Amino acid sequence: MTQSFDYIELKIPAKAEFLSVIRLTLSGIASRMGFAYDEIEDLKIATSEACTNAIQHAYTSNEHGEVIVGFGLYGNRLEVMVADNGISFDFLAAKQGIGRYEETDSVEFLREGGLGLYLIESLMDEVRIHNKEGVTVFMIKYLEGEQVERDVETIST
Amino acid sequence: MNISIETKEKDQLITVNISGEIDAYTAPKLRESLFQLAEKKESVIIINLSGVTYMDSTGLGVFVGVFKNIRSNNGQLKLLGLSSRLMRLFEITGLSTIMDISGQIEGEVS
Repeated sequence: MTQSFDYIELKIPAKAEFLSVIRLTLSGIASRMGFAYDEIEDLKIATSEACTNAIQHAYTSNEHGEVIVGFGLYGNRLEVMVADNGISFDFLAAKQGIGRYEETDSVEFLREGGLGLYLIESLMDEVRIHNKEGVTVFMIKYLEGEQVERDVETIST
Repeated sequence: MNISIETKEKDQLITVNISGEIDAYTAPKLRESLFQLAEKKESVIIINLSGVTYMDSTGLGVFVGVFKNIRSNNGQLKLLGLSSRLMRLFEITGLSTIMDISGQIEGEVS
């Protein structure tokens, strides 16, 4: 079944100064779709994290690429896709050593990074990462109520 | 610039007011200012975040780094005035159990 949707795309230089532009655009789109304040803030963080990863990787590999952010606007959900410009890196390696801090972690060994992917997975309903000819992060956030209905369906026997 | 950092020092007590957005663009400036302050021995650094409208993992990384430096210099770090959004970020990542954070601001603390 093909669902109709609206598609909006932004292409920015891989520079951190444009992250706020992405967030502003995203805010506009998400509030237009009827997302609540907290959901919009979650979307802003997850999308920023994905863009930051793409930008930082482009920067460390000394290539001034571009980052593409695509928004798929469906009736019940917003899909966000963040793709770097064909610069591939080892996402599985990047995923290792991430996650939340534990109370028992000793202060001098606390990690100072690696929380980005963990936050993306915590704040979005679905996350898929493709690592082929560059990295694409694909994220979905459902409008309130939609996801709950799906959950109820799977729980009731 | 999308971030403003004001610092007041009185003996060992350092108070910092941060307002604006903390992301990968503004974090380097924040890191530079705070790491300088964290060099001081046995200081108490109180950071008011009530003016922070956006923060992500780059901001958390800066605060974790500063926290480690301050502790290694036998100092203390307190983060005050966290909005419910910022509080959520510290809770999701488990940092709320490790660092001294509060939603209240200085004047309200009894």
